[in-house]
Amino acid sequence: MTAIKCVDLCKNYEQGDVVIKALDHVSLDIDAGSFICLSGPSGSGKTTLLNMIGGLDKLDSGEIDIDGQRVDQLGKGPLADLRLHNIGFVFQSYNLIPVLSARENVEFVMQVQGMTAAERRNKSLAILKEVGLAGMEDRRPAELSGGQQQRVAVARAIVSQPKLVLADEPTANLDSNTARQLMDLLRKLNQHHHVTFLIATHDEQVMEYAERLIKMQDGKVINDQLQA
Amino acid sequence: MNLTLSLAWRNLWRHKRRTWLTVVAMIFSNVLLVFMISIQFGSYQMMIDNTLATFSGHVQIQHVGYNENPKIRNSIPTILPLSEQLRSVLPKAHIAARASVFALVSSEKRSLGIQIIGVQPAFEARVSTLPGLLQEGRFLKEMNADEIVIGSTLARNLKVSLGDELTLLGSGRDGSFAAGVVIVSGIFASGSNDLDRSLAEVPLGYFQETFAMRNQGHTIVIAVDGLDQVAATLSVAREQINGQSQLVALDWNQLQPGLRQAIQADLTSAWFMYGILIILVAFSVLNTQLMSVLERTREFGVITALGVKPRKLASLVMLEAVLMALIGLVIGLVLGWMLAYYLSINGFSYPGMEQMGEKFNLPGVIYPSVSLLSMLLGPGLVFLFCILASIYPSLRLFRLQPVEAMRAV
Repeated sequence: MTAIKCVDLCKNYEQGDVVIKALDHVSLDIDAGSFICLSGPSGSGKTTLLNMIGGLDKLDSGEIDIDGQRVDQLGKGPLADLRLHNIGFVFQSYNLIPVLSARENVEFVMQVQGMTAAERRNKSLAILKEVGLAGMEDRRPAELSGGQQQRVAVARAIVSQPKLVLADEPTANLDSNTARQLMDLLRKLNQHHHVTFLIATHDEQVMEYAERLIKMQDGKVINDQLQA
Repeated sequence: MNLTLSLAWRNLWRHKRRTWLTVVAMIFSNVLLVFMISIQFGSYQMMIDNTLATFSGHVQIQHVGYNENPKIRNSIPTILPLSEQLRSVLPKAHIAARASVFALVSSEKRSLGIQIIGVQPAFEARVSTLPGLLQEGRFLKEMNADEIVIGSTLARNLKVSLGDELTLLGSGRDGSFAAGVVIVSGIFASGSNDLDRSLAEVPLGYFQETFAMRNQGHTIVIAVDGLDQVAATLSVAREQINGQSQLVALDWNQLQPGLRQAIQADLTSAWFMYGILIILVAFSVLNTQLMSVLERTREFGVITALGVKPRKLASLVMLEAVLMALIGLVIGLVLGWMLAYYLSINGFSYPGMEQMGEKFNLPGVIYPSVSLLSMLLGPGLVFLFCILASIYPSLRLFRLQPVEAMRAV
């Protein structure tokens, strides 16, 4: 079943007199529960595509449909609601709130969603245990390693059961061993929670995990294939 | 603790030194404002009390128009029975009848134009502090005695002392020539140059006889124990003269319009200074909150990307400002209250204050007024302006674009 449908996406950026085609007529169908990697060199349009699907930036033209909702037609408020309830984000540099503990970082979004304190606490403790951070719930980001911080970020992204998780270079700041552990975790969560993962990367090791690998270059999809 | 509140509190202490500097500015201004405003209110209270206690009282009954135009003919008929009637309905108030005229007073060596007041010797000391401010001699005793009490400057100018004779020359109420000879029984020194130079008091009976007043007088002075009793007393006084359209009851505000104007002028100039102080503190808060928002641009970008609306982020920044202002408010109030309370018991003075106080009928030591208003007015405004100052940094968050914000260093 198609979870995300992208039709003819175009986005140009102007740098002085030069127009850069960040997305050049990109069309994609992404099935629910799939585990997909977007690969390509820097500037190929991976991050721009994630930003467009996540409603963080505006398209010049094209259509994005997530579960029947036209993302490209939503205003700021509904877009924020869509992200809050349906999309989880994992960033390259973790981006946790430094003054909150691991558990509080995970709870923060749930609080905004309006969950009760007890519900938040149960869910955050369960997800932190699932990502291997049991016993570290009260540590602040500065007291955790890079890999552990990224696990907290993953827990934050997945805790409220979004339909889609967008991860932008999630392993870029991790050593290869930690990166592998993180990818094992993401794959496990994908299978366990049936959440769709769309991961932008240029790390070969990460690509090995993909069910489907989409290669991009100069804002275009140049290869889209299923992997064994 | 609520997670948002907890987050706001912890955000506040990300830069402890910066937060404390801002909070200390608030504490300093709050202590200063509490101190200054309570001193100001205390001095106004004393100014009003001293001025009214010296002579005018809190409420007066007069002939209509007498206050603006004190002619001898604008008199109250049968003044003593009306005074008795008021004493019976206002048992807690102090009441005395007076009559007044401008006349020439002559000693052997000099003549001067002064105001002569006819007073009830038995009641005057309860409505005026003058009888208690005698430098020499004694106050008037009998209603009809031919004696006079004069100010110390007047005594010096006339070159008279106790026991000397003075001749009074003026017009009677009926237009006749009025003259009398009185003996100086007392000399007062009120501290007010005007009173000491140009006021004299004689018994009301003698006054009525000398100036052809018959049973009439000019004012019934009513003194109460505090300003809070003025309105009720005024209302009773008005009831008592209801039906006598030629009479009017006036409160101290109407009797001493200059007093209120002086207070208002002083308040205006003081609040100009306070306003500058409050605005400086508000700018300090604006600077702190703006820095705090700018340095967290990336973090706010990420939080927005997660689906948190700008309104929520703005309320977080406002909450941080509220917490910071509350710390300044509470500590500033406690320290300010301690200082004002200590001075309200021990008094506050500085070199040269005695001379300056004389100008405003104030003593050399001021006791601050510690009231809810004097405590909360200044710090409340500092609090309010600090919150207002954090609106601009909060509004910036509504313009935040997640993608651009996340690129911020």
